[in-house]
Amino acid sequence: MSESTQNIRPEVNDIPIGPLGWLRWFWRQLTTMRVALQLLFLLAVASIPGSVFPQRTQSQLKVREYLAENPDLGPWLDRFGMFDVYGSIWFTAIYVLLMVSLMGCIIPRTKVHLQASLAKPPRSPKNLHKFENYLSFNLDTKNLAAVEKVLKEDKYRVRVEEDHVAGEKGYLRETGNLLFHIALLFILFAVAIGSLFGYRGQIIIREGIAMTNVLAQYDTFAPGALFNTDRLEAFSVELERLEVDFELAGNTPGQALDFRAYLKHSEAGGKETSSVIGVNSPLDIGNASMFLLGHGYAPVFEIKDRDGNVVFNDSVIFLPQDGNFLSIGVIKVPDMDPQYGFDGIFAPTAAINAQGNFESIYPDIVDPILFLAAFKGDLGLDEGVPQNVFQLNTEELKQAGMKTLSLGDTWEFEDGSITFTRIDRFATFNIASDPGQNFALIAALLAIIGVTASLYVQRRRVWVRFVPAGMGYQVEIAMISRHEDQSLESALFHIYSECKKALGVEESTHNGN
Amino acid sequence: MWKNRPTMAINRTLAEYSNTFVYLSMFVLAITLFVFAYAFSQSRDESASVSRRVGNIAMSLTWLSTLLLLVGVILRGISAGRAPWGNMYEYSITGTLLALVIFLLYSLKRDIRWLGLFVIIPALLSLGLAITVLYSESAQLIPALKSYWLIIHVFAAIVSGGLFTLGASVSGLQIVASHVESRIANGESPGRLGFIASRIPDANTLDLFAYRIHAFVFPLWTFTVVAGAIWARSAWGRYWGWDPKETWAFITWVGYAAYLHARITIGWKGNKAATIALLAFATFIFNYFLVNIFFAGLHSYAGVD
Repeated sequence: MSESTQNIRPEVNDIPIGPLGWLRWFWRQLTTMRVALQLLFLLAVASIPGSVFPQRTQSQLKVREYLAENPDLGPWLDRFGMFDVYGSIWFTAIYVLLMVSLMGCIIPRTKVHLQASLAKPPRSPKNLHKFENYLSFNLDTKNLAAVEKVLKEDKYRVRVEEDHVAGEKGYLRETGNLLFHIALLFILFAVAIGSLFGYRGQIIIREGIAMTNVLAQYDTFAPGALFNTDRLEAFSVELERLEVDFELAGNTPGQALDFRAYLKHSEAGGKETSSVIGVNSPLDIGNASMFLLGHGYAPVFEIKDRDGNVVFNDSVIFLPQDGNFLSIGVIKVPDMDPQYGFDGIFAPTAAINAQGNFESIYPDIVDPILFLAAFKGDLGLDEGVPQNVFQLNTEELKQAGMKTLSLGDTWEFEDGSITFTRIDRFATFNIASDPGQNFALIAALLAIIGVTASLYVQRRRVWVRFVPAGMGYQVEIAMISRHEDQSLESALFHIYSECKKALGVEESTHNGN
Repeated sequence: MWKNRPTMAINRTLAEYSNTFVYLSMFVLAITLFVFAYAFSQSRDESASVSRRVGNIAMSLTWLSTLLLLVGVILRGISAGRAPWGNMYEYSITGTLLALVIFLLYSLKRDIRWLGLFVIIPALLSLGLAITVLYSESAQLIPALKSYWLIIHVFAAIVSGGLFTLGASVSGLQIVASHVESRIANGESPGRLGFIASRIPDANTLDLFAYRIHAFVFPLWTFTVVAGAIWARSAWGRYWGWDPKETWAFITWVGYAAYLHARITIGWKGNKAATIALLAFATFIFNYFLVNIFFAGLHSYAGVD
């Protein structure tokens, strides 16, 4: 922690006796600076695998892929928690030990510091002239009050004795040091609160569609261990429209420059409010926040059966596959006889590449083309088994033709028709609630303030003593610092000259060491 | 804040001028390197005045190259209409500029010409990598980077990077000095490194100098991480997610925290603490070059193919 640490964290080498002795030995070892240092190293090293191997908390999919690609090594890595490093037992063990070690250091030091803060500065030692930072001058009369005033003006806390004045300042250094370490504990505490009581999930909303904040609406949902569905903020949002700007010219054509979602939202019983969510500017609703993550296209289809009845008229999410938004999607039409399903590929600006493949060459809508493959038969939707809306299981189905459609085109297939009427967009949102985050922020800011104070405030002691010499006195001034203090000399000289001025001594008579 | 701003086109002419100035700066830096090396090679005792004069020329050349680089960085920023730190090329040129500026400003206070060689070498290396491996054309930012936090968080990170580099140079020299000092103390010959050790301050002075740099940069790096967390919350919906870049920023933070603790622990002072500082610097460099380019994560803004 800081310079005086050695006194409080002794290096213990005595041999322990009995279980209690061992326990005590363990505790004393744990609270030594050396062990704290080793734990810090261990923590750094232990963090590394989490950046090397895919983590479940970030992408389940990547972990599954890794396991599939490494069937021998993968399960072993899994056993050692390599895919969930920061929640693993060994990682937790390291930081918990570090925190305990920290507490074992903070608590006694806080006590010592409180006592020191309440007590007067220590009395002067006998031989001030033996100090490295020492100056003196001669004077006829004793005037402790003048010296006291000098020290007080220089923000020293003072103690006046019979023959000397003692001063100390810079208590803020240790206060900052303790504040920093306590704040670190609080950050950890805040993280724990967030991961226990918070939640985060992803939803996809199409333009013109409203959703309410209930579990069933989420595509993925990760609740904390102690999360309760009551905590799910009651609100509803409607995505009115999504705007995207792409760079047309410049060095990176096709790069998205910005995108924003225009929403209407209302909290339970409240009135509707319009708002905009942009990248980097989330919307706070109650204790939850809504973040705009991504976007894509949702083409709109009108499907009629043989008799001309509209059996489907809706937008369908097409998930982007590359930077130019070549997207794939699935349309399921259960209200037809036979049931129909379509596999679709969509390109906002279509082209045929050199290999003869269908591709998109620009992410914005310039020349949109949809490629559809129709399948008919039992879609299996009536069996009550939940299905992936982005997948069409074509094994049981019969091919029913393929067609390329431009915007507004209609394809008359065997049992009806499908019209590509419009192109909407969809947006992906993160909805998250972290009850610990404000706490974490405050603690982090306190940690910065604390560490700055602990590195820059100088803790100094000064003694000014009147030693009888001949007819008058020799005024001895000594100063010490408890740490490396490069400006100690100049601080001493400052006190020296201020004292002289206050005591009415001419500058020329100075006879410093 | 940014969303209502009209989209500005990239000014390619200015971007080209910027490149020219960066090249010019490198050219002058390369000459500076030779002049510093020559000054360094002069024996202290025999031709002190020659050495000092040559050292002064080297310092003037450093000022000139820094000025040229400053113009290059500013033009790059104007060409894109934003702060010039949106990809690794830009981080590198801005970071190098700041390291040079810090060195020069400090040189106004103290005579640190002995350090010149060890600042110019990393500066040239960094610029060399920037224009060859990391180069990317001046471009618009991706949406996630459009935030005032780009200015705050990334700038703090770049300043920290410049200071980490200076600190590592001094800590490295400290190890050399201390090695030679202990040889002399044991009655041995100073050895090959004696050549360097005789031209730099003693190990204790270097230790204190390195400490001052690291003590300055540690709160700044803490701030960088915290500012990054605040930004991460508004961009990705969480303030900490163990993204590879975050993880390595944390490792660097732990590394420098260990250095500060080691320096006040008996048996860890001096060389051991300096070694920890170098290790911590290695994690920073690892994060900058390898994690940016090879580790898939949310911070993949390198702009390097």
